[in-house]
Amino acid sequence: TKTRTAFVEKVEDLITRRKKIDEEFYEELEEILISSDVGVNTVMTLIDDLRKEVRARKLEDPADLQPVLSEKLVEMLSGDEGNDNSLRLPDSGLAVVLFVGVNGVGKTTTIGKLAHRFKQEGKNVLLAAGDTFRAGAIEQLEVWGERVGVDVIKHQAGADPAAVMFDAVQAAKTRGVDVLLCDTAGRLQNKVNLMEELNKIYRVIGREIPGAPHEVLLVLDATTGQNALSQAKLFGEKTGVTGLVLTKLDGTAKGGIVIAIRQEMDIPVKFVGLGEKMDDLQEFDSEQFVHALFAG
Amino acid sequence: MAFEGLSSRLQNVFGKLKGKGKVTEDDVNEAMREVRLALLEADVNFKVVKEFVSKVKEKAVGQELAKSFTPGMAVIDIVNKELTELMGGTQSKLAKANKPPTVIMMAGLQGAGKTTTSGKLAKLLQKQNHKPLLVAADIYRPAAIKQLQVLGEQIKVPVFALGDKANPVDIAKQALEHAKEEHLDYVIIDTAGRLHIDEALMDELRQVHAAVNPDEVLLVVDSMTGQDAVNVAESFHQQLSLTGVVLTKLDGDTRGGAALSVKAVTGCPIKFAAMGEKIDSLEPFHPERMASRILGMGDMLSLIEKA
Ligand SMILES: Nc1nc2c(ncn2[C@@H]2O[C@H](COP(=O)(O)OP(=O)(O)OP(=O)(O)O)[C@@H](O)[C@H]2O)c(=O)[nH]1
Ligand SMILES: Nc1nc2c(ncn2[C@@H]2O[C@H](COP(=O)(O)OP(=O)(O)OP(=O)(O)O)[C@@H](O)[C@H]2O)c(=O)[nH]1
Ligand SMILES: [Mg+2]
Ligand SMILES: [Mg+2]
Repeated sequence: TKTRTAFVEKVEDLITRRKKIDEEFYEELEEILISSDVGVNTVMTLIDDLRKEVRARKLEDPADLQPVLSEKLVEMLSGDEGNDNSLRLPDSGLAVVLFVGVNGVGKTTTIGKLAHRFKQEGKNVLLAAGDTFRAGAIEQLEVWGERVGVDVIKHQAGADPAAVMFDAVQAAKTRGVDVLLCDTAGRLQNKVNLMEELNKIYRVIGREIPGAPHEVLLVLDATTGQNALSQAKLFGEKTGVTGLVLTKLDGTAKGGIVIAIRQEMDIPVKFVGLGEKMDDLQEFDSEQFVHALFAG
Repeated sequence: MAFEGLSSRLQNVFGKLKGKGKVTEDDVNEAMREVRLALLEADVNFKVVKEFVSKVKEKAVGQELAKSFTPGMAVIDIVNKELTELMGGTQSKLAKANKPPTVIMMAGLQGAGKTTTSGKLAKLLQKQNHKPLLVAADIYRPAAIKQLQVLGEQIKVPVFALGDKANPVDIAKQALEHAKEEHLDYVIIDTAGRLHIDEALMDELRQVHAAVNPDEVLLVVDSMTGQDAVNVAESFHQQLSLTGVVLTKLDGDTRGGAALSVKAVTGCPIKFAAMGEKIDSLEPFHPERMASRILGMGDMLSLIEKA
């Protein structure tokens, strides 16, 4: 049983405690946002905007500021196309989703969860065991395959991951699969060789199916701080990341860095991970996210 | 390399200070404003930053600065001392039981690097002519036992496992008996990743702790962790009485603020730094060296001496 004991609503608390919008109010607000990993630069821009807004609208009561703040943050999380964060997959034929990210963030687990989701929608799903490096990685994906009831295409440990992807794509084509979910080994974005290997995987998939991979999901651990910006940037360069999955939001970390990523690179969050079970995956809801940012 | 980003930011700030023959309170305030930003951008917890900045200011504006012929350098020196302090002072070694085996329990959030670090630690001990036993007490994560077995096989270290139907307390107890019978002198218990707010699983860890009375309880922390690192560390420490911290994934380009924060809130020393996925990439952690690296003190110290 997971409990969040005695968590007051931080911003609400701030607003009832502070009767005026003064310097101390801004300072405390800044701290709340920073403690959610929103990042100093983004926070400072945001606070500047708020100051202007407060002056323009002649606001004095902190209570009047809260809706402005929430609105602003939700806006920062939306792109040109608004708040539609669903996966962009082809209407017919094979859809390929590639998962990338640093070590231990939850790629393999998210694939298991997403496979479950697609299966429930009546889709025919196949998994590709593209992590041939980490001890037990193939077996881990196989356990997920069994749980969910989908097949896994694999080679031996140590095999070339691009070759696994090639085989998986062929298998998906001949079996008439709807969705192919491709796992890759975790890697740090500053490892040049490993990032090139990932780029090769990306290209192999694209060569076999024009337009694929249709989605490249960068999996981010919500406990990650400012380094997530560097992850988004460098994985983006090598694999054209199209969306984020923010995992481990069932903990106390807020994952505020996705706001900065949306601002600087315009990559939307598509899903959030809320646990280790098959059902613990939800579509991203920016309003709910902003609300949680201010809770405890 | 980790910490590099922070290091270059701080050196920038101090570059402006170092030539000054006279440092006003405004100069100090300006420099410390930038230090604050640099630390926050490096994910140092905001409370830790606040305290750090106020300590440095207090000392800098106090007499030390007035006395100095090179006030700019004096400020840098104060920051270096405070930072080293923050990192834990001197290097802290792994505990050893009076009567073997020494029991080491690994704990931490999901995906932090516990299993990999368990393997690396076994390898490190083996190189020092010890006989470690790895214990597979993660019965939850798919193929966690297999993962540890593969690592054990790679380094020829025995792995004690009872499958995923046994309970972790029994696994740990029996492993300890096994180690005694086989005259193995270190027992490394790999546990499942868990959230610090997961009461049932935290209770399980406490039970394992009570059953084997470990000599070391190491919290494994991902060095990319942001502001939440202090909540996690504080909570694990409260519930388990940690004896040390292992920082993982330091081979990345993180600015590594979690390293500074975790030590500050728990008081537990950082004992090891993990710098890669390979089994031999675990090193003892040296706070002084790490602090100097962050400040680029190699260059900075020589500047102080010259001045
Ligand atoms: N609490 C929680 N744990 C999660 C979540 N997603 C994944 N995990 C756990 O995080 C750990 C790492 O997950 P993996 O799926 O193995 O991560 P990965 O990115 O595939 O890791 P590598 O392949 O080693 O890079 C496992 O213990 C998962 O059960 C989540 O949303 N919440
Ligand atoms: N680059 C790098 N990767 C690391 C390091 N330590 C661990 N990893 C990787 O991080 C990922 C997670 O490591 P694990 O050892 O499975 O983590 P864990 O804490 O046991 O995970 P759970 O059991 O799921 O909680 C794996 O891909 C490891 O290879 C490190 O120092 N550097
Ligand atoms: Mg994986
Ligand atoms: Mg593990």
